[in-house]
Amino acid sequence: MSVAPATGLPPYALALDMTVVDEVDGAPVITMPFADKVQGRPGFIHGGAISGLLEMAAVAAIHRALRAQGNDASIKQVNVTIDFMRGGLGQQTFAVGEVTRLGRTMANVEARAWQDHRDKPIAIGHMHYLIRQPKAA
Amino acid sequence: MALDRPDLGSLIPKNAAFDPELVNRLMGKFGHGGFLDMEYVGHGSDWVELAIDWREDLVADPETGILASAVVISLMDNATSMSIWTKLGEFRPQVTMDLRIDYLRPSPSGARVFGRGICYHLTQSIGFVKGYAHNGDPEDPLAHASGTFIRVGDRV
Repeated sequence: MSVAPATGLPPYALALDMTVVDEVDGAPVITMPFADKVQGRPGFIHGGAISGLLEMAAVAAIHRALRAQGNDASIKQVNVTIDFMRGGLGQQTFAVGEVTRLGRTMANVEARAWQDHRDKPIAIGHMHYLIRQPKAA
Repeated sequence: MALDRPDLGSLIPKNAAFDPELVNRLMGKFGHGGFLDMEYVGHGSDWVELAIDWREDLVADPETGILASAVVISLMDNATSMSIWTKLGEFRPQVTMDLRIDYLRPSPSGARVFGRGICYHLTQSIGFVKGYAHNGDPEDPLAHASGTFIRVGDRV
């Protein structure tokens, strides 16, 4: 997956009313309100919408980490594994990404989504991204 | 704030073979499936194929028009989930335990995305699934998926 604009969230995130609300250890916390358009089985958030929130948090965390290095590389998602640990209830959901390793050619990210408390995740995603260094001019 | 929406289990006809086309009309037209406007494409004894049209508001990268990866996740989640009920021949309440997606290539701007979910093994509690997404040619997949679903109480 390619890059979200550095200044804000991409159309997919805006369509689901995601916003950046906070920071945890320098990584943006992104939130998504409950609404019918994110609902799966009645009263619960669809796993795909939770995955979308995790994805946005992961991408935001990598961008932040690259910028902290003064690196304007772009990224491309290779894969994702998501554990769904609790049902996402009909309420506000939060997510933050942690770049567990940032190398020259790839990045490992763990993104966590929660509702009432960060220590009670509803889902955790592990993502791998290719880092594409800009070609020298 | 549970929004008013009928329970899938109560809407599906009892004592009738599981019909993925009918169930997609229930799952794919409301809630998140409705937001993505998932359409039924076809099914076999252990697989279901659904599709989502490219839309500007589903894009993750406005410069290239590449869809958010979560669109593919939602598609594969629904297609694989329905493949379990199709293989089983009836609805049973279940939740996604885990899902892995490998992105072989991006889904290009404007292209419809098809997702085929396959249930390759079923136990009393677990449905083991795999599948792939493509843009119309199954021989040229854009993503592969694998995951597991766990059966929950008789009513969700």
